[in-house]
Amino acid sequence: MSNTPKTAEELASRLTADGYLADTQTALVAWLAIKLGKPVLVEGPAGVGKTELAKSLSRVLDRDLIRLQCYEGLDEAKALYEWNYRKQLLRIQAESADSGWDKVQDDIFGEEFLLERPLLEAITSEEPVVLLVDEIDKTDQEFEAMLLELLSDFQVSIPELGTMTSRSHPVVLLTSNNSRELTEALKRRCLYLWIDYPEAEHELAIIRLKTPDLPAAVASRLIELVAEIRGLDLKKPPSIAESIDWARALLLLGADDIDAKVFRETMSVIVKHRSDLDTVAERVGVKLDGGDAASAS
Amino acid sequence: MPRVPADSQTSAGFDSNLLAFTRELRAEGVAAGTAELLDAAAAIGHVQWSDRAAVHGALSATLAKSPEDLRIFEVVFERFFFRKAEETALQRGEEVAGKDPGGEQAQRIDLEALKQQIATALQEGGEGSLRDMARLAVAAFGQTQGGSGVVGVDVQRIRRSLGLRSEPQPDLPPEDARAEGVPRDRLREFEREVRRELERQTIERTRSLPPARPLGDLQRGLPTGQAADLAEIHKVVAQLRRKLATSGQLLKGQRQSSAIDVRRTVRASLQTGGVPVVLHQRPKRPKRPEIFVLCDVSTSVTSASIFFLAVLHALHDSFRKMRSFVFIERISEVTELFDRERDFKKISRAITSDAGVADVSGYTDYGRVWLEFLKLIESELHPRATVIVLGDARTNGRPAREDLFGQIAARAGRTFWLNPEPKLYWNYGDSVIDSYSEYCTTFECWTAAQLGDFVDALANPRHLPPSK
Repeated sequence: MSNTPKTAEELASRLTADGYLADTQTALVAWLAIKLGKPVLVEGPAGVGKTELAKSLSRVLDRDLIRLQCYEGLDEAKALYEWNYRKQLLRIQAESADSGWDKVQDDIFGEEFLLERPLLEAITSEEPVVLLVDEIDKTDQEFEAMLLELLSDFQVSIPELGTMTSRSHPVVLLTSNNSRELTEALKRRCLYLWIDYPEAEHELAIIRLKTPDLPAAVASRLIELVAEIRGLDLKKPPSIAESIDWARALLLLGADDIDAKVFRETMSVIVKHRSDLDTVAERVGVKLDGGDAASAS
Repeated sequence: MPRVPADSQTSAGFDSNLLAFTRELRAEGVAAGTAELLDAAAAIGHVQWSDRAAVHGALSATLAKSPEDLRIFEVVFERFFFRKAEETALQRGEEVAGKDPGGEQAQRIDLEALKQQIATALQEGGEGSLRDMARLAVAAFGQTQGGSGVVGVDVQRIRRSLGLRSEPQPDLPPEDARAEGVPRDRLREFEREVRRELERQTIERTRSLPPARPLGDLQRGLPTGQAADLAEIHKVVAQLRRKLATSGQLLKGQRQSSAIDVRRTVRASLQTGGVPVVLHQRPKRPKRPEIFVLCDVSTSVTSASIFFLAVLHALHDSFRKMRSFVFIERISEVTELFDRERDFKKISRAITSDAGVADVSGYTDYGRVWLEFLKLIESELHPRATVIVLGDARTNGRPAREDLFGQIAARAGRTFWLNPEPKLYWNYGDSVIDSYSEYCTTFECWTAAQLGDFVDALANPRHLPPSK
């Protein structure tokens, strides 16, 4: 695999070139995951770039990204594999006359009649892939247990077929917003990466990378404000995704400074709850200069 | 056959260290099993050992698997490898690094200038300068105050006397570097440097390594922070509520004797010809205490008062007969506010903005508070009432008037004092908790666990430590 980076630094710089600014820990864990062949459990607040990391990794490593979006009630028929009943029926009808039952029975439970779902697809793929299991905390515990075999041995047992082992070694990322405690068994099989809100300098670098046309002064002012807003006790503090959205919005508006007026108009980009909007307007908005904030709010 | 790092020959020394490190992590409650250990060993094999950040990263990714674990990991990692380094240095008989933090230099240090200098360094950054500042601070305070012998306490003392806080301090002049508040993480970094420096000095003095202590609650995180910590308090408070709700049932099984309801027994006996075959007992009702809570909301307990307000909020849900007061210089009843308002955030905002408790200075005046409380409530206090005071007992030099407090305590059945400061700070500076503790039972209360102890005592009087 010529595409595997030699060191964590190399991976970091490649990620940067791809437009994902990873901090040292993120790059290191991602690199270790490739080296050790272990899945990574990525946790952190919403919108700090957990999913983005997987996407960027797949581009950097030049692999396909297979994504499994988890939700409550997700079962193995949708995540792992399913028998193609229609095709099986057709097979039985087509040949029922001249072939014996045993032959048909063997036949219809072959790989030909298997519908591959993302997880199976990831391990049976000829080329190594990046598998993203997004928001694993949204599923039930039973589903988590089902994942264990896949995560530790990269194999799937299908009762009628036997065990399918992986042909290539995928890089697996599981993301979680920590909405429920994951089981110890799952954690034990994974490397753990906690991505937090980035430090001011790092976030500034990200903003500069994503919106290079935004004036530097505005960008740093934006970071300052976002940091201040995160300090408030909000239902949903703004994360990097919101910062980037805000930067883009400001760029579109052609703002050359964030004053009270601009802030009031664009606030809804970063704050997304009714009650939070009030809090932010009250605590941050009025501090900005630029005139009519006091009279308007 | 477990996987071992590719070059197991050279890593033998590190393996034993890794084992020891994992053991320490386990002792602190991190669930690092054999699988984690093997992963860590494998991961270490892939990074440069000389690169501290990489080793740290590899270990944290494999050993700590939740945000709580990560927090503990940071502390243990710091402690473990610091001690290892010092140990090696001692064995080689080398001078321990960082010796002579400025023996004669320290005498020249002007305390005020130092405060400013450190605050500025904290604002601006640079790790090297922080370390120097920490050394200077330790040197200066080692001379003026002497050490308590407990590193954690000394660190906090130094921070306090430097006047460093993360919150803005509006009473300082605006040109003061501390006025806007020091960035929280910088402050934490500074504290870590000070701690390291103090430990280094101890090692140097005694020429031996002190025994490793388990982490205190202080290092595991205080309920002083923002949203996340507040959520934690609410979680605990919710548990407490449940505990309180079921405490009545618990008592039932424990109490052996109970009074016989003569009336019902005699009536029932009529069916059996006047022979009392079935005994009827009086229903046992759990004692619902009538509670008066006084809560200090002044600036000296800013961080704790959010904690306290949360407690107050929870208590209100659990006890029907309860009256709450907040005070700084004056006292103000907030019972109605709590009854009316269900949202904790609104309550705390209402209290801080328009309870009308601050007068001029914004400093707590306990004497006046007792006086007003007595006047307000004197006729309603009775032996079944419980008075709870939430405050740090720091009088700011004003008269403590423990005689008035004694009167309150004498009229009420039970009196408790919850102090948000660690016991080590009690009676230090202007804290006069001792003069009050004569009349009441005092509790150290700044973590949820300690709060739990208190609630146990409150709901279950027999578990009280003997007061007075």
